Amino acid sequence: MTLISGRGLRLRFGSIPALVDVDIDLWPGEVLAIVGESGSGKTTLLNVLSGRQAPDAGTVVYTDPQGQPHDVHTMPAPVLRTLHRSDWGFVHQDPRQSLRMNVSAGGNVGERLMARGARHYDHIRAQAIDWLEQVEIDADRVDDLPRTFSGGMLQRLQIARTLVTHPRLVFMDEPTGGLDVSVQARLLDLIRTLVARLGIAAVLVTHDIAVARLLAHRIAVMQRGRIVETGLTDQVLDDPQHAYTQLLVSSVLQA
Amino acid sequence: MTEGYNFAYLDEQTKRMIRRALLKAVAIPGHQVPFGSREMPLPYGWGTGGIQVTASILGAEDVLKVIDQGADDTTNAVSIRRFFARTAGVATTTKTAEATVIQTRHRIPEKALREDQIIVYQVPQPEPLFRLEPSRVETRRMHGLADYGLMHVKLYEDIARFGQISIAYDYPVLVNQRYLMSPSPIPAFDNPKLDRMPALQLFGAGREKRIYAVPPWTSVQSLDFDDHPFRAINAPHPCGLCGATDSFLDEVVTDDQGGRLFVCSDTDHCAERRDGGHVGTEGVA
Repeated sequence: MTLISGRGLRLRFGSIPALVDVDIDLWPGEVLAIVGESGSGKTTLLNVLSGRQAPDAGTVVYTDPQGQPHDVHTMPAPVLRTLHRSDWGFVHQDPRQSLRMNVSAGGNVGERLMARGARHYDHIRAQAIDWLEQVEIDADRVDDLPRTFSGGMLQRLQIARTLVTHPRLVFMDEPTGGLDVSVQARLLDLIRTLVARLGIAAVLVTHDIAVARLLAHRIAVMQRGRIVETGLTDQVLDDPQHAYTQLLVSSVLQA
Repeated sequence: MTEGYNFAYLDEQTKRMIRRALLKAVAIPGHQVPFGSREMPLPYGWGTGGIQVTASILGAEDVLKVIDQGADDTTNAVSIRRFFARTAGVATTTKTAEATVIQTRHRIPEKALREDQIIVYQVPQPEPLFRLEPSRVETRRMHGLADYGLMHVKLYEDIARFGQISIAYDYPVLVNQRYLMSPSPIPAFDNPKLDRMPALQLFGAGREKRIYAVPPWTSVQSLDFDDHPFRAINAPHPCGLCGATDSFLDEVVTDDQGGRLFVCSDTDHCAERRDGGHVGTEGVA
């Protein structure tokens, strides 16, 4: 049973084809990387899969923990919103987009819990501190505002805030973009550990082949709105079949 | 009654429009209903919303009481009371028990209201989420989906920073287990009076062009945490004039030597108690 699957997804922005007949499946506990150059439709695909943007044609079906299928784009708005703050998570490239910068780190992590109906201050705070520690932020920074945090810490705070409700599925849009290499490495290590330990399925959008190789089980390569190649990560990266994938793999600088 | 004005100043079409908004507001307790707020002969922030609601519900037989911070004798209260005495010719009173319509700014009278009374609140900011979420499109969506986690984030922040919920007035409430509502800037002390009040409660925000209502006997719960329950805050003193220990108190600075006097903010309540023979430490028998 797939966790989420898109069929025949099509979307145009005016004359620009952003998605052309995209079929995509994600299985429970699996990390799927979507790679491709800028403008190839990666982020658009992520937005369509997560219900944030409606496609021109095609369906996205999500299977809930009870095994019931739900069409993401025809489900009522309250249901989609509930999904987004419980079963699903979204990690933005820029953590400032999802964090509340004038609310303390603890409040940021606790928001999803409170949105789900948690009404016990001490429990919320204990969970917030626990999650800050899991993402390697000192517990005594729980009352500090995010604006006093570094870029890497902000991204880790966003991950804590997303994972606190134990989502089954996390959408990540370039989670390591804009961070320097050493911070990136630590963050990747953290994401890999958390995803493996919690058994979270993730759709990861990245232009960085190295990130995909490190985190993903499967990889889908996009070019001009089409998925041109898909398969196991090592298989695709070590033995690329499509000309564009070959170009992409060979253009990575060897350090 | 002054000649040349329609009854209660507003024209009949406007009153009908406001009454329609009021009916809708009563039907959906706590939901903010937009209405075409008119220019009134007083500045925004002085009660343009409340005065329009009062004007549209007032009948010739009504007895009007207007209070401002609990007092019947402050500028705002006196002006609005005189305004309706002149434009509608209705009887006015300062006695809570005698009034059928009470327009109020920042207080609920201490005396329990009855089923045959209506209380009209002047509201500066109807949106309880406005300091937390700047977009009205987004706050409307949050109301539509009853997505009020953000308000609890504010309460969480208060406890994390000050050790307690530090909202002293305009304390957010949940009406009928559904809509988050601003009770207007009444002290948190008055919040318990909102819950299952026998009187009809109407709220008018003139500048923001919103009307909302709490029908009689409707549940109104102040937001809190299980381990940090809502507390009504009041100055820990008896009233200096009437000795009351259960009414909301104003602190009055009496000299520049640090002298101060705590008195009931509800002047009618205080006067009634003094007439009944209660005397505080600073009062004269």
